[in-house]
Amino acid sequence: MELTNGMVMGASLSDTLANMWNAIANSSFFEVTLRLFEGLFTTVELFVLTLLFSLPLGLIICFGSRCKFTPLRYVVKTIVWIVRGSPLMLQILVVYYGPGLLFGWDLLPRFTAALVTFVINYACYFSEIYRGGIQSIPRGQYEAGQVLGMTKWQVFSKVVLLQLIKRIVPPMGNEFITLVKDTALVRVISVYEIIWMGESFIKKGMMWPLFYTAVFYLVFNGLLTLALGYFEKKLDYFKS
Amino acid sequence: MPILQVKNIQKSFGAVNVLKGIDFSLEQGKVLSIIGSSGSGKTTLLRCLTSLETADTGCVEIDGKVVFDSESTVKLTRQEKRENQLKMGLVFQSFNLFPQYNVLDNVMLAQQLAAKDRLDYKAKKQEILAEIEEHSRQIIDSVGLSDKLQNYPCELSGGQQQRVAIARALALNPKILCFDEPTSALDPELTHEVLAVIKELATRNMTMIIVTHEMTFAKEVSDQVIFMDDGVICEQGTPEQVFDSPQNQRLQEFLGSFQK
Ligand SMILES: Nc1ncnc2c1ncn2[C@@H]1O[C@H](COP(=O)(O)OP(=O)(O)O)[C@@H](O)[C@H]1O
Ligand SMILES: [Mg+2]
Repeated sequence: MELTNGMVMGASLSDTLANMWNAIANSSFFEVTLRLFEGLFTTVELFVLTLLFSLPLGLIICFGSRCKFTPLRYVVKTIVWIVRGSPLMLQILVVYYGPGLLFGWDLLPRFTAALVTFVINYACYFSEIYRGGIQSIPRGQYEAGQVLGMTKWQVFSKVVLLQLIKRIVPPMGNEFITLVKDTALVRVISVYEIIWMGESFIKKGMMWPLFYTAVFYLVFNGLLTLALGYFEKKLDYFKS
Repeated sequence: MPILQVKNIQKSFGAVNVLKGIDFSLEQGKVLSIIGSSGSGKTTLLRCLTSLETADTGCVEIDGKVVFDSESTVKLTRQEKRENQLKMGLVFQSFNLFPQYNVLDNVMLAQQLAAKDRLDYKAKKQEILAEIEEHSRQIIDSVGLSDKLQNYPCELSGGQQQRVAIARALALNPKILCFDEPTSALDPELTHEVLAVIKELATRNMTMIIVTHEMTFAKEVSDQVIFMDDGVICEQGTPEQVFDSPQNQRLQEFLGSFQK
């Protein structure tokens, strides 16, 4: 009696599961996931390329803002002020539409326009992080290098750089995570990143894919946080 | 002829006149101690001698060669600047070791970088690097730290760090080694190990200039003592003259403050 009961219950459980499965398949869960992965690809591409160009560019801007040649220093500082002081979304629109409106040039490809904006924007933020990092290195480190006969470049590359990296990893990590989320802004010029993909299902009467995108961001940032933590640990062998 | 000749060094920071004309000379293999109250310009003098600051006037000659002359308009090449720089070593009050390198690498780094400029570097790279390592190990051994070669500065006591800093400066074979209050950042029980290393260098006839507040040590180790006050040398002479029969009133007061 009990056995049959159990079997009945077992059958109904598997039925329920099968029904749920069907429901998911019918609600095009797979299709949505696939489309969001497509969007994710664009997001990751934008993320990686932005870092690739803006990390070195930020260092150059940082040197510019510390340059002894006053006019250059002011130009650089003004650019950094404008870029950091205005909304990124507006900057994307300006880079995409601006050249056409002002000079009648052809529009840049959407993704390129988005990438250019992100590289400039993040390079400016990074330059400030580099600047803070460089200023926090004790002067004695430079002086020790100098009295040991090192050139300025040798002091920077062999003495200061790794200490600088150690100091800037935490603030850089914050920027990286912000960057992941900022990539969503490029939908204003219809670059098909995750949110755009999720939103596209609203036309078909589906609201949930939009919220489902959050999972992608959370996983992405979760992995990123782990990687940054690992990197920080790697540099734990010395104190400065 | 003295190995070091310093003439009329003056230095101001803005309106503050910190060095008001410093003249002295030092013989090869001798130890000079500079004493004086805080703010009298001792650090600034060492910094001018080691090119960390540029003096407003004056000239410095080492081994008969002018390494600094405020009047000179000759532009030195990078190589010449470095040669002049390396004639003087400097040990800082705050050690300034490179935190990301272990003891051996701290001592080797500058030598390795300098070696890259050698014409035979490409051809004999392995040999040159091996030589540098051997030389560095010997010097670290001479400051008693051969068991700490692989340790990082954060794993060492202050006294050990300062001994590494001394080894790092010595490794470049400076003609004169300067110390700016080498034990002032150390706990009292750690000062003796650093002072012992400096004394040992003195017995090996290393030419040294030591800014210090350790009066007993200065008296013991020095051949010559300078008392500075307010940017001028008030009195100089042998340790016996300066410590046992000081003439200058400021010096008498200064030494008196140590007797309490
Ligand atoms: N970079 C600088 N800018 C302005 N004033 C300085 C600077 N370096 C030193 N001074 C001043 O010079 C004076 C002498 O300093 P210092 O050479 O460090 O003396 P000491 O080492 O004998 O204590 C002090 O009054 C100090 O404030
Ligand atoms: Mg001082």
